[in-house]
Amino acid sequence: MTTDAAARTDPPAVSAAPAYAVRSTGLTRRFGAQLAVDGLDLEVPRGSVYGFLGPNGSGKTTTIRMLLGLLRPHSGRIELLGRSMPHELADVLPLVGAMIEGPAFQPYLSGQSNLRRLDRSDATADPASSAERIEAALARVGLSAAAGKKFRNYSLGMKQRLGIAAALLRPRELLVLDEPTNGLDPQGTREVRHLIRSLAEDGITILVSSHLLAEIEQIASHVGIMSGGRLLRQGSLAEVLSAGTAVVRVTTPDLVEAAALLAGLELPEVGVDAETSSVTARLGSLAPEQIAVTLVNAGVRLRGLGVERPHLEELFVSITGEGFDVLR
Amino acid sequence: MSSAELVGPRSGQRVTSPVVRYRGAFWRLYREEVVLILRRRRNQALLLVLALVPLIIGIAVKLSSPRGGDGPQFIGQVTGNGLFLVFTALTVALPLFLPLVIGVVSGDCIAGEAGIGTLRYLLTLPVTRTRCLLSKTLAVATFTAIAVLTVSLVGLLAGAGLFGLHSVTLLSGDTVSLADGLLRTALVAGYVTVALFGLAAAGVLVSTLTENAIAAMAATVGIAVLSALLDAVPQLSGIHPILLTDHWLGFGELLRSSVSAPDLLRWTGLHLAYAAIFLSLAYSRFSTKDVTS
Repeated sequence: MTTDAAARTDPPAVSAAPAYAVRSTGLTRRFGAQLAVDGLDLEVPRGSVYGFLGPNGSGKTTTIRMLLGLLRPHSGRIELLGRSMPHELADVLPLVGAMIEGPAFQPYLSGQSNLRRLDRSDATADPASSAERIEAALARVGLSAAAGKKFRNYSLGMKQRLGIAAALLRPRELLVLDEPTNGLDPQGTREVRHLIRSLAEDGITILVSSHLLAEIEQIASHVGIMSGGRLLRQGSLAEVLSAGTAVVRVTTPDLVEAAALLAGLELPEVGVDAETSSVTARLGSLAPEQIAVTLVNAGVRLRGLGVERPHLEELFVSITGEGFDVLR
Repeated sequence: MSSAELVGPRSGQRVTSPVVRYRGAFWRLYREEVVLILRRRRNQALLLVLALVPLIIGIAVKLSSPRGGDGPQFIGQVTGNGLFLVFTALTVALPLFLPLVIGVVSGDCIAGEAGIGTLRYLLTLPVTRTRCLLSKTLAVATFTAIAVLTVSLVGLLAGAGLFGLHSVTLLSGDTVSLADGLLRTALVAGYVTVALFGLAAAGVLVSTLTENAIAAMAATVGIAVLSALLDAVPQLSGIHPILLTDHWLGFGELLRSSVSAPDLLRWTGLHLAYAAIFLSLAYSRFSTKDVTS
């Protein structure tokens, strides 16, 4: 997965385009005495799929609302596609598709009528191609058959799809998707994942927030992890994951010798696991092949040697803490 | 499912596309807001209630034997001239039905969208805050005119059907031609519409203050009721002339042979001043409002 993601790390060759699709410096917002977002320096490279992670109440949605000009920051600066927000809102938001905190539409209008209303209200959408684009957007999320049905009668998954269709009504350079797979069944989740991939291949930058860490790990090229209003980690998925502790696992019948040798290589946290007949240690900066050579030269019978990197979920929990408790 | 068409050129050719504003954009936005109001069943039902006011009065007058004295202004003249059904219906609808209908639609205009969350999608399209407030205000004003027109036109048609239209005997005793009478009727409808703009603007202001549409509607109707209450307390006669609702029934002026133009202009000015004050407050609130819904 990481190799796949790394290939997407490079922004598309764009002349004179800013390197970051989203960039904030010192972004801060309080609600009463509570700091909801605290000095956020968000950097979403152009062309990336940026997984925006954090427990409930960590400030993700507040951040997204500030990025889109719905909330005023108390301090800090925001640039979207190289333009300052909210001052240049009218020039930049037409290039940004957004789904914020779930879909919301007029309940007594059909899906199609809702999209028509949005498109007609948008001064920068071409009225001549409106019908065509609405049809294409509905087809893209698989809602063509339910286009004439009232929004009120949509299932949760259909509502979610309509929200994505609204974000895709016109060509975008940036998509901000807050929990896009919320309420979708496994097929729907898969489709959204494919959709995000294909949009990313078109060069669109995607900022996607989610609780489904396995999902994010599959589609994201970059991640940012928030907790308690602060951005605790940010970077390419590979970078962020490698900051987590990789573990080398040596499977061998010669447990004692192997453990001694690993300790001799000054690897920390050497542990013996008799059940699986293996020795583990934190890898640090040592190359795994070096370990293999050392062990084999010392006559340790190797059955296997592997490096285990933590999954995003383990890393996430190790950074943001265990448990269901709401921090604030 | 042709993705490339939908989302633009492939990455190699991607450049920051210039944002184009199409002609007639504000008109389309305004029209969408009006259509949104008019397509809603609830609002259609409200207009139906307004249409019933002249119908019920007309039928009741037709079925009952003539009697003088009691009843709303102008009701005595209805049997003689169907045109007076318009004025009677407006007199009956002004204290409660019209404020109720205007209160519901104006109170709902922003609070309703905030409540169901569609406001955030409208604003991130983007519809700028100024355009959003302006288009909604104009749509509410349009609906106010439609509401007054509903009462007036149904009154005119029912009056014509039930009692016939004749040359008009004015309050001052003079008689003017039917054409003159119809012109005065149009002016009456126009005056009542402008008089209600003050309340409609109050509704827009209240609507920017909350995400609870029902509360905004109730508060707007409450403003009209409060003003009418204050207007009914003789000890407060000092403030009566500047109350929101005090001159709503002033359209009677238009039914005199010598119309007091200065009075009508002054009252119209007061209604427009109310609208201007409420709308400025609504603008200062909405342009900086945090949208958290």
